[in-house]
Amino acid sequence: MIALLARELRLALRHPADTLSAVMFFVLVAAMFPFGVGPSPELLTRLAPGVLLAAALLAALLPLDRLFGAEAEDGSLDQLLLSGLHPAAIAAVKALGHWITTGIPLVLATPLAAALLNLPTEAWPAAMLALGLASAILSVFGAAGAALTLGARRGGVLLPLLVLPLSIPAVIFGAAAIEAAASGLEPRPYLLLEAAILALAAPLAPLAAGAALRGD
Amino acid sequence: MEAALLQARELACWRAERLVFAGLSFEVSPGEALLLTGANGAGKSSLLRLLAGLIPAAEGTLTWEGEDCLADPAAHGARLRYIGHQDALKPALTARENLSFFARLWGGDVAAALAALELTPLADLPARVLSSGQKRRLALARLALAPARLWLLDEPSVGLDAASVERLAPLFAAHRAAGGMILAATHLPLPLPDARELRL
Repeated sequence: MIALLARELRLALRHPADTLSAVMFFVLVAAMFPFGVGPSPELLTRLAPGVLLAAALLAALLPLDRLFGAEAEDGSLDQLLLSGLHPAAIAAVKALGHWITTGIPLVLATPLAAALLNLPTEAWPAAMLALGLASAILSVFGAAGAALTLGARRGGVLLPLLVLPLSIPAVIFGAAAIEAAASGLEPRPYLLLEAAILALAAPLAPLAAGAALRGD
Repeated sequence: MEAALLQARELACWRAERLVFAGLSFEVSPGEALLLTGANGAGKSSLLRLLAGLIPAAEGTLTWEGEDCLADPAAHGARLRYIGHQDALKPALTARENLSFFARLWGGDVAAALAALELTPLADLPARVLSSGQKRRLALARLALAPARLWLLDEPSVGLDAASVERLAPLFAAHRAAGGMILAATHLPLPLPDARELRL
């Protein structure tokens, strides 16, 4: 499993454009809002939590359809399934790899996007935590979605339809945490609820993904 | 002759709403080689994928030393090497890195495997610049990494020049001498002396 994760990270380093495009997408969506809704600072602050979450999850979706698609196309997926690793372990490692190469860069770009949306600096740590958890939730659900839509025509359209509804709780609690922190309240309960969703999804979604990979 | 290790009984395969083959029975003993021949679409690749446990059999049983292979796909995967149509190489990684990933999964010596297919001079080139024959050799180098009893080869010699095909002979011979089995789908002659033929 460590070999597979090391390979994922090495591949991501060789193709930095994939990671960069997700981060650029995230920052650009955040930058579009002030133009769209007008430069009213109060309004932007009010919108910021939801925009940050939605933009981050959409950005993290971008590389998802290649998560297993690229492996299936070049035959690597067959080799992985025959490698003696459990399919669920393969899916879990792919989800972790996706989070490290997409989720963490998004977390690091959060202060920039938050500044564009006039989010008070006190709320930045909560925003980074909320986005880190939300992107991790998307990574595990996304791995299951990517495995299920593997080989489907128009899988790229089907994938968001499957994954985004599952991520709605992450958006609700993540945005609530950022909003609480921005208005001087304690974001901890919301972050804990978000973490609980991750704790539930992290062991279950890879099992579903593994079954989908095996079933092809 | 030793008892057959791998036995297929009345296998049938159903792909994309079409019956590819049915009622297929054969057995393979240690040291044996079996060539799968037949027209395009006769089901050679499907049979190899089925034997690898990558697709389910619609009917029939596949046993290894009398035990059902497909009951534990992970354990079955560990005793075989499958070289499919695709080379399963990552273009961004060098030849050595591509192979060392599999070496970390299975064990084995990367340098020796590269040398066995005369890829040592190309070891540090990214796989995307290799020619299709060189990529095929790199895929076949996985066979030389760590021993596995059963080799399932889907047209192993596609894209290889005559000298490279000859270079496979010692690899195949050593594998069979150690009690290994080879099932190869092919349209071209392979250096497999005394191979039986299974026509689909």
